[in-house]
Amino acid sequence: MDILANLALGFSVALSPFTLFLAVCGCFLGTIIGALPGLGPSNGVAILIPITFTLGLDATSALVLMTSVYYGAMYGGRISSILLNIPGDEPALMTTLDGYPMAKQGRAGDALVLSGVASFVGALLATVGLMFLAPTLARVAFYFGPAEYFALYLLAFCTLGGMASNNQAKAALAACMGLGIAMIGVDSSSGLPRLTGGNLHLFDGIDFLVAIVGLFAIAEVFFFIESHGKGSSIGVKLDKVRIPWKDIMSTKWTMLRASFVGFIAGILPGAGASLGSFLAYMSEKSIAGEKGGFGTGVAKGVAAPEAGNNSAAGGALVPMLTLGVPGSGTTAVLLALLMTLNITPGPTLFTERADVVWGLIASLLIANVVLLLMNVPMVKIFVKILSVPAWVLLPGVTMISFVGIYSLSGSYFDLLLMVGFGVLGYILRKLDVPTVPVILGILLGGNMEDALRRAMTLSDGDPTYLFSSPIAIGLWVAAIAGFVAPMFLRNILKKPQAVTD
Amino acid sequence: MASDRIFGLVCLITAVAYIAAATQIQTNLFSGEFLPKLFPLMIGGVAALCSLTIMFRPDPDPNWPVARTWGAMAIAVLVLCVYAVMITPLGFILPTAIAAGILSYQISPNVKPAIAAGVGLSLGLFVLFKFALGLGNIVAYKVPTAAKLWDAFAILIPFVGGH
Repeated sequence: MDILANLALGFSVALSPFTLFLAVCGCFLGTIIGALPGLGPSNGVAILIPITFTLGLDATSALVLMTSVYYGAMYGGRISSILLNIPGDEPALMTTLDGYPMAKQGRAGDALVLSGVASFVGALLATVGLMFLAPTLARVAFYFGPAEYFALYLLAFCTLGGMASNNQAKAALAACMGLGIAMIGVDSSSGLPRLTGGNLHLFDGIDFLVAIVGLFAIAEVFFFIESHGKGSSIGVKLDKVRIPWKDIMSTKWTMLRASFVGFIAGILPGAGASLGSFLAYMSEKSIAGEKGGFGTGVAKGVAAPEAGNNSAAGGALVPMLTLGVPGSGTTAVLLALLMTLNITPGPTLFTERADVVWGLIASLLIANVVLLLMNVPMVKIFVKILSVPAWVLLPGVTMISFVGIYSLSGSYFDLLLMVGFGVLGYILRKLDVPTVPVILGILLGGNMEDALRRAMTLSDGDPTYLFSSPIAIGLWVAAIAGFVAPMFLRNILKKPQAVTD
Repeated sequence: MASDRIFGLVCLITAVAYIAAATQIQTNLFSGEFLPKLFPLMIGGVAALCSLTIMFRPDPDPNWPVARTWGAMAIAVLVLCVYAVMITPLGFILPTAIAAGILSYQISPNVKPAIAAGVGLSLGLFVLFKFALGLGNIVAYKVPTAAKLWDAFAILIPFVGGH
């Protein structure tokens, strides 16, 4: 009954009126962030991080706020998928496949409520899974030395590059960009600057938040200038919202299976929620077979990807908390938040900072309930917010990004750098180079190099030390398989294309 | 095809330059001769390999925008850069109104709504940040001197400003 005692501790931390208030605010903000096309969960959370600091919240409050935003964004992504056929964020792509056809049949309200319930089931089961699995994994993580950590970071980049992108070389190049940028700054062991080109502003290194806000939020502005904000009006009208009990009951097994699949996908470092919703949808599609009618607007096709997506979001927290290796772009941002709050994720987190971990888990559970209550009756409000025109939304997001980054250091240099990253992000996305590995590279580069250096120091420069333990070898094999296998599987497992009108 | 080959070439040159820079990393007694260089060299090597792969096995070209759109985006970049340096001497309200207005006009070319969006966003965000979130130290209104304005602007001119 360890878990119950821990959970009680968590709730005692997270269940004060102030944190509840923060959770409600976070859920509301998060749902909006997730719903608005062009403002995904990772940049939404990234923009909010500096603002949270300047507000002077303590560690627990900041965590509660940010995780609520995180879960909220996962819920919100479905709204624009169903109504506009535009995924509000990447994992919500699968929801468009059946959600939009269902909305066109005049069942938009049903689709929204059903996907809300599926999100709740997925997120709830994943949080329960997190409670049971994370402490166990944390115990295993004690066996991890520098060689194992190096292999684990490699695995994260390989699965990310292998499964989540269309071109392995481009994904690997993106990871190298991120890692290369992470090397800039004063070297911790020698105290001498590395790769700064003598620029004093670069001695501190390049802040991860500058890169993420630039790559995601600023780059989005250029995309909207290119498209002149087309496709941002309401596509399908929403009339009465009722609770479709029949659909919910008929999809209960789908939700359970999809949650399980999504959770497993989320745990894989680097794979994240997109893979979760993809696998959940594909497996349900093959279980239902031809007669299932997937792609024509069936209830199961709406429930599966949403349960999978939200469950993967919870699963992605497992490697992030226990090993310090995030499972997705957004958990990478949460990891950055933890590190800035002076909380180092890893195996010791569960013993030394139990209040933080269990407070976090409790706040996840709270956020989940709040989100369900908020998303079913209040879905109309969020739909209203979706009709904010792009020519107000995008300049607004840009200005908030500028204030957020400016509040980090108060220096023009970071702002110019952010604009530079925005241009880079536009070009990379045009060329089909994924940007999440860049972010992950910048965030993990320092730790990955530390692991390598420690391994080299321990072994006196012997490279075979990196493959010296069974865990390390297993991770290397998984990394190589995760990188190579999708090349062959790509022909078999084709990503379904979004439905067009 | 062509875009990927050019992209690969640019990345290859960057990767080689990165490797060259990595060999020049200063070391001292505490860090050892080789360790600070090892990981940057590995990254550069992998990046060079990836660039070569992209050059020799390019993907189909994306739909690049037309010249006019490139012009619009160049203006947007310039506006954002000027905004970035002007926020220090001029404060929040005036630069934000102008920058947000221009961006809004670029997304949807209607003058009146763009002006309304610029002014509205500037004042709205000012009230939000200053009074709701208490970030008055970040969003403030300042009256600049000509010298300060020039200093800020000179940052954007290569080899002149930026200290």
